[in-house]
Amino acid sequence: MDDLTKRGNHILSVRAGVALLVPAFVFIGLFLFFPFIWVFLISFTNRTLLGAAAQDPEFVGLGNYLRLFDFSRWMRSGEFGHSLYLTVIFVIGSLIGQVTLGLAIAFAFNRRRGKLREIIYTLVTLAWILPETAIGFTWTAFLDGRRGTLNAILGAFGIEGVEWLLEFPLLSITVFNIWRGTAFSMLLFSAALGNIRPSYLETADVAGAGPWQRFRDIMFPLISPQFVTALVLVTLWTFNVFTPFLLTGGGPAFGSDIIAIHTYRVAFQFFEFGRGSAIAVIVMTINLILAASYLFGLKRKEVAT
Amino acid sequence: MARVLFENVTKEFGSVKAVNDVSLEIQDGELLCLLGPSGCGKTTTLRLIAGLETATSGRIHIGDTDVTRFSPKDRDVGMVFQDYALYPHMNLADNIAYPLKVRKVREAARMERAKEVADHLRIGHLMERLPGQISGGQQQRTSVARAVVHEPRVFLFDEPLSNLDAKLRLESRGFIKHLQQEMGVTAVYVTHDQAEAMALADRIAVMQDGVIVQIGSPLEIYRNPQTSFVANFLGSPPMNLFDAEVRNGSFVGSSFELDAKGVKEHSALNDGDSVTLGIRPEHVRVSPKPMKNSIASELYAFEALGPESILSFRIDEQLLVARAFGDDPPEIEMGQTAYLSFEPRHLHLFNEHGSRVNAD
Repeated sequence: MDDLTKRGNHILSVRAGVALLVPAFVFIGLFLFFPFIWVFLISFTNRTLLGAAAQDPEFVGLGNYLRLFDFSRWMRSGEFGHSLYLTVIFVIGSLIGQVTLGLAIAFAFNRRRGKLREIIYTLVTLAWILPETAIGFTWTAFLDGRRGTLNAILGAFGIEGVEWLLEFPLLSITVFNIWRGTAFSMLLFSAALGNIRPSYLETADVAGAGPWQRFRDIMFPLISPQFVTALVLVTLWTFNVFTPFLLTGGGPAFGSDIIAIHTYRVAFQFFEFGRGSAIAVIVMTINLILAASYLFGLKRKEVAT
Repeated sequence: MARVLFENVTKEFGSVKAVNDVSLEIQDGELLCLLGPSGCGKTTTLRLIAGLETATSGRIHIGDTDVTRFSPKDRDVGMVFQDYALYPHMNLADNIAYPLKVRKVREAARMERAKEVADHLRIGHLMERLPGQISGGQQQRTSVARAVVHEPRVFLFDEPLSNLDAKLRLESRGFIKHLQQEMGVTAVYVTHDQAEAMALADRIAVMQDGVIVQIGSPLEIYRNPQTSFVANFLGSPPMNLFDAEVRNGSFVGSSFELDAKGVKEHSALNDGDSVTLGIRPEHVRVSPKPMKNSIASELYAFEALGPESILSFRIDEQLLVARAFGDDPPEIEMGQTAYLSFEPRHLHLFNEHGSRVNAD
């Protein structure tokens, strides 16, 4: 081995490379790893914001975790298990809604141009990019029982309105979240469908395939990587979403107490940092599993192609 | 197996007439080449047969059926696309068997049939591979296999060889011709490569601006091009074309004058007519010695191709290309003056609109 190849692998010295990476690592450490470890440590204490435990938190071992998984009470309203259960319904409902709606819109307007497409794409994308507080307020106004827009529209058809946020809180926030997030699936699938070579579809047409066969055999397999991406990312985001708090505050009677709201409530309304941290650790673990499965899926896809 | 009939078919895209009032009959079992430059409407014509485009007006028949309003799946054709369009997520067996799958042929039966076709096209040993794992030539065969697996009434080829390298192209050309004759199926083949069209076609339809300008057997079109466009499009190198004027029994060009004696078509012309003279490179005689009724010019370039040589001469701003056969090209040095002459019967005449001038 001569000098050239020995040095040729490095444009910069190792020392210079490390020096360039240090600032990034400092920030990541400061704002990501440190809080993570901090939360992890606190979750084994009874630390609170106020009272004696705020001054002098005690180590309680797995106490907080055992409390969360105390199966004699965990499915009661406002408890951790109940919150997880609501979250699962919320996530599955949002996922099915966003992905099917996004796919349907992308499919309907595939290779079409025109005003209608522009209008629908703009509206759906707006719902995704508007500030949360603005849409939180808008949806409260939309769903309000007495003066809400929705009930006014229903009233015009002679249908009696309901107090949506009070009587159907989980349904309300699920529909809201579908409305809020469909743009991502729509844009993702729209790009994926647009990338399918026209000759693939024309070959299917000439071969004798009908619209359904064409979708099942050609289009769907070709967009399946994006489909997996949508499934995992929407699950991840929906699992962590906090915006429904602006509509229902998690209520009434914990009826929309999804996990992000639940965590917030325990930690910052009851100020039980120890218990809140334990919930956060479990949530992070679930997130890590989802993210890992996504990355693993991507890897496998790369190997396959 | 069926004939294909076009009756006054027009296809408009917005204000553009891609295919303009085309009438055409493709015989049962015939291989017809649609030949022309890009944008001439040849691919649109093919897609009209496939049903991938719908005619703006006119009727299209396949066999005895009027298929003008039929969707592609009801037309019973097989098509090979320029990019082969093999499904990357299916192995070769599934790709080839796909037309059978959508026809609800049982799994075992369709796999058997796919294997049979693949074996015939010498790709039977690759059935488990994905399209990304085989060569370009094999992909092309797979695409052909998929087009023929359900024994369609018409084969359609959209420039199927243009993605292959020169050597493979020759090989595939022979293979397509053989397969088509063996199966005896009507075929329409789109290409912009005149050599491909000459080699493959029973008949060639030359298209220009959405219109078929000439249709006939390859030799007929080569020997009697009806327009200067067709004359120039076929042949490699193409026919030499020079503008001239008829004057006192001669053709007078910018820097040459040729006696029109013996040129039969001359009788149809009058003094003062503008005319385009056409001569095929193989009909140009090159002599180092002065000849009667010839054009004197210096040798501009010399290309020895083995069985033939290409000699270019400069006449004003144009090149006149001559083709000499055999291993002994005329002995002319670069820059040396040569005398170019042609037999009157080999001269093609076109009028100012580019149409062939025929003898009275």
